[in-house]
Amino acid sequence: MSSEAPSLAGAEGSAQQPRLRWLREVWDSSLGKKIFVATTGVILAAYVILHALGNLKALQGPNSGGEASIDEYAHFLRTVGGPAIPEEGVLWIIRLILIAALAIHVVGVMQLVKRNRAARPSKRPPVIERSLASRTMALSGVLLLAFIVFHILQFTTLTIHPTPLAEGEIYANVYGAFQEWWIVAIYLIAVAFLFLHLRHALWSLLQTLGWDKPNRNPTFRRGATATAALVCIAFASVPILCFSGVLPEPDDGPTAAQVATTGAAP
Amino acid sequence: MNFKLRVWRQPSEGNEGGFEAHEVSGVDPEASFLEMLDILNEKIVADGGDPIAYDRDCMEGVCGSCSLLIDGIPHGPRQVTSCQTFMRDFPDGAEISVEPFRNSAFPVIRDLVVDRSPLDRIIEAGGYISVTSGPQPEPNTNPVRPEDQEHAMDAAICIGCGACVAACPNGSAMLFTGAKVAHLNSLPQGDPERFDRAHGMVAQHDEEGFGGCTNFGECQAVCPQEISIKVIGELYHDYRQAMLHRLRARRGAVKPQ
Repeated sequence: MSSEAPSLAGAEGSAQQPRLRWLREVWDSSLGKKIFVATTGVILAAYVILHALGNLKALQGPNSGGEASIDEYAHFLRTVGGPAIPEEGVLWIIRLILIAALAIHVVGVMQLVKRNRAARPSKRPPVIERSLASRTMALSGVLLLAFIVFHILQFTTLTIHPTPLAEGEIYANVYGAFQEWWIVAIYLIAVAFLFLHLRHALWSLLQTLGWDKPNRNPTFRRGATATAALVCIAFASVPILCFSGVLPEPDDGPTAAQVATTGAAP
Repeated sequence: MNFKLRVWRQPSEGNEGGFEAHEVSGVDPEASFLEMLDILNEKIVADGGDPIAYDRDCMEGVCGSCSLLIDGIPHGPRQVTSCQTFMRDFPDGAEISVEPFRNSAFPVIRDLVVDRSPLDRIIEAGGYISVTSGPQPEPNTNPVRPEDQEHAMDAAICIGCGACVAACPNGSAMLFTGAKVAHLNSLPQGDPERFDRAHGMVAQHDEEGFGGCTNFGECQAVCPQEISIKVIGELYHDYRQAMLHRLRARRGAVKPQ
């Protein structure tokens, strides 16, 4: 096993950086590509967990007199780092990281799926042990991607506004939207698929990154399920509590009069 | 006991195959599945037909020759090899389908016999240690922790039957590759070549057209040697280390292995 013959490295494309060639080699390996998918998955999962924690601010309801605490939190996210960092600077850095991570994640997965489909036995093996979550990763992934687009168009860009939305009025926007049963339904279904996706992904990535230790495996699996469940309970709490009326109405939510203004907004 | 069988018949690799119905009667419940196929073959030959071709060797569950999907499950319902699957494991009068493994990486040679040489080529890509022949050292000069020994043995019991590949919806041979890498990489004899082994065997695995692992866990559910997918986790770990080593070696920071 005298690997790494220098002639092999020198023969083709010595102009190419060794680091780049190495990266290419890792990406082209089915196992290496999974490392990319898992690493970007960690970034996405970390964001999802932080997002779920941030959402809990909505449970504090509209503050008496002042702003709702989730509105304050949103304002903080926009202005954090100022004046050294321009407004929304941190937000855009995070967004760019997330877009890059998502792109690598999706492209990597698509290439892996293509490869796996080609290697699939001509007759699908019967289900013995594989979990529902593991079988539906592609479906949950695609649905989550569609949901993310919808979610951003609704609450970030305010492009889709079946209920009145106003910039910066997070609590009022969310509260208003979650008075519609079908919006609540979309969000709860998305959260259910998020649970399935996270449940398999969180455990899998420990395995893929090689952090898994044989005797820790059951603990990791339970840990992944628990984390996914907690994240999804946090996410589901806001639409459920808004719809059921447990959370108080916003002090000065967008009223019917404001519909016209938001309709014209970008 | 009596059984109705649907057996895959295929004259050779390129030819079309299909199921053939057979009935076999008066089978001893203590007969193994392969012995039952022998009983059926005797009947087929007596009737002037071509016997069903299938792979077998040891008949004691350690050779990994058999490559049957029994009712769609590699080796049958009991997570043992086909020769250790007994007819008492099936209800009397049962209808049983018998096919070869269904992976494109394992072409059918004839009837129930498949070509599993891709697994051999993965072994050739690093599933060995390079030692010189000649006078052997005294074994105790190279002490191994008992835990490491057991760990290596747990992986070394892989018989290379390919059931893991046949059970995997991705047609992945990661359990096989992981077991072979874990076996040698956890022993001092295998340590000097650990990075090359992980890298070389994974590269050959991909080359052979096997799919990747998505942690379904079906492989460990059918493995007759009960090898756990923990060996795949270890393979990932060793592969990651191997790739980092290769990067350092390319930059001249360390010697290539």
